[in-house]
Amino acid sequence: MYTNSIDITCNFAENYFMDINKITVIGGIGKDKSPEKVEKFELCMGNIISIVGPTGCGKTTLINDIELFANKNTPSMRTILINDEPVAEDFTFDPSKHPIALISQHTNFLSDLPVGEFLKIHSTIRGSENVSAMIDETLDFANQLTGEAIIKETAMTQLSGGQTRSLLIADAVIIGNSPIILLDEIENAGIHRTKALELLKNYQKIFVFVTHDPRIALLSDFRIIMKNGAMQKMITTSDEEKMAAIGLKQLDDIMLDFRKMIRAGEEITNDIFDKHINYLVTNYQYSLKK
Amino acid sequence: MKLIIFAGPPTCGKTTVIKQVIRRLLNKGLKPSYLKIDVLFADEDEQLRSEFNIPTKKIYSGELCPDHCNVVVLDEVVEWAEEQQAEYLIVETAGLCLRCSPYVENSLGVVVLEATSGMNLPRKIGPMLTLADICVITKIDLVSQAEREVFRYRILEAAKTISIVESNALYGIGIDPIVRDIIRSQDIEQPMFLKGNPPVGTCTICVGKKEIGAKNHFGVLRTMENELFYVGE
Repeated sequence: MYTNSIDITCNFAENYFMDINKITVIGGIGKDKSPEKVEKFELCMGNIISIVGPTGCGKTTLINDIELFANKNTPSMRTILINDEPVAEDFTFDPSKHPIALISQHTNFLSDLPVGEFLKIHSTIRGSENVSAMIDETLDFANQLTGEAIIKETAMTQLSGGQTRSLLIADAVIIGNSPIILLDEIENAGIHRTKALELLKNYQKIFVFVTHDPRIALLSDFRIIMKNGAMQKMITTSDEEKMAAIGLKQLDDIMLDFRKMIRAGEEITNDIFDKHINYLVTNYQYSLKK
Repeated sequence: MKLIIFAGPPTCGKTTVIKQVIRRLLNKGLKPSYLKIDVLFADEDEQLRSEFNIPTKKIYSGELCPDHCNVVVLDEVVEWAEEQQAEYLIVETAGLCLRCSPYVENSLGVVVLEATSGMNLPRKIGPMLTLADICVITKIDLVSQAEREVFRYRILEAAKTISIVESNALYGIGIDPIVRDIIRSQDIEQPMFLKGNPPVGTCTICVGKKEIGAKNHFGVLRTMENELFYVGE
């Protein structure tokens, strides 16, 4: 009774997701069963959006609903449409054809293969034509996100938290080539966030960040505010906020500078501290005038 | 009576998947019953009875291999489930050596594997995977996308026509397709036969006697109520 079911599903998935232009999230109900205030929102290719709110407010549940293409069959009763069409309830995906990659706080590599070997296995099952170029591109991407370069010969399990997160993102973007990437609180992992956002903007994909980081939120096209399991509000990033993001970037850069100094064993004197703060203020006013 | 046999390594999440399945069967007004076969300790039958108020039973295989135990007691358990007027008998086994498979012809065989057990697992487990109808992959939220893909690819390498369901059973994600296949599955037919050829060995099952029921076997046997006895020279 199951003969051939796999083949049919795979081909169907391949055709079905060849051209994703738009994902629509239609609101359901919150924890108190009342309807969500945000009735719907749309994600188009190239969009970067953030989901924000206090811990336990349902941010992760929302991205789980997106990953599952919920069709009123999850506790939130949300519906996800692809190109305005719902996805059949009993539709199950081959993960290599699944258009969504989810990188969560719990996601990890378990394999103890060397990094190069591991990436080779993944790009081979993806039917990649030039496996070694693919591996180099992935490593190059990952190494722009992390402070300490990843070497091909390192065992996956020996990677640091930041290296692991960087490689997860690079693998999903380059080898996985997923059109939609969901990133759950990557700021906790010690990766280069500014660089990540800059790099990601070069790829025509949909990126959804679950985040507590004001910079990621303000560099997004819009953000969804969650409370008590429900989408409360949707805020499109205004020009004013985009300016604030620039200021925050400078604050962030200063924090990174201090981090670098402390890591290098330097002492933070009054002089050094004042110099940084003064630089921040002057620089910010300068960028405002511009 | 429909028979659904769940197999899989210890702690892979079989019971969690089964609980979600039973909840959905009950919501549809159907009547499931449950048997747990384990070696030394199990309390899942009590958990499920108190949570769902359905007929449950447990059998300790003790000295026998759990899959061997399954073969010699299953006919009696089916009778028991029929007496309870159940429509579905869900069997959870703790098959251990991975050379046998507990699935019976006309039953639905479900193997549960955890994504966290490493990308090579599908290459290691043999008939427990290759003779199953459905493979449920649990704990998918814990591993990288890349490893999920490789895991699935290797399952299909071993079992080309198997239906794969990825599940985060704690949150009830991915359970609906399993329930759909359970409801669509065939009724069992008597006499029951094992699906696979057991491996070469010295016991009646290991040497290839596939008939279900203690009366068809010799050597050390037992009944559902745990009396070991010996038939043979």
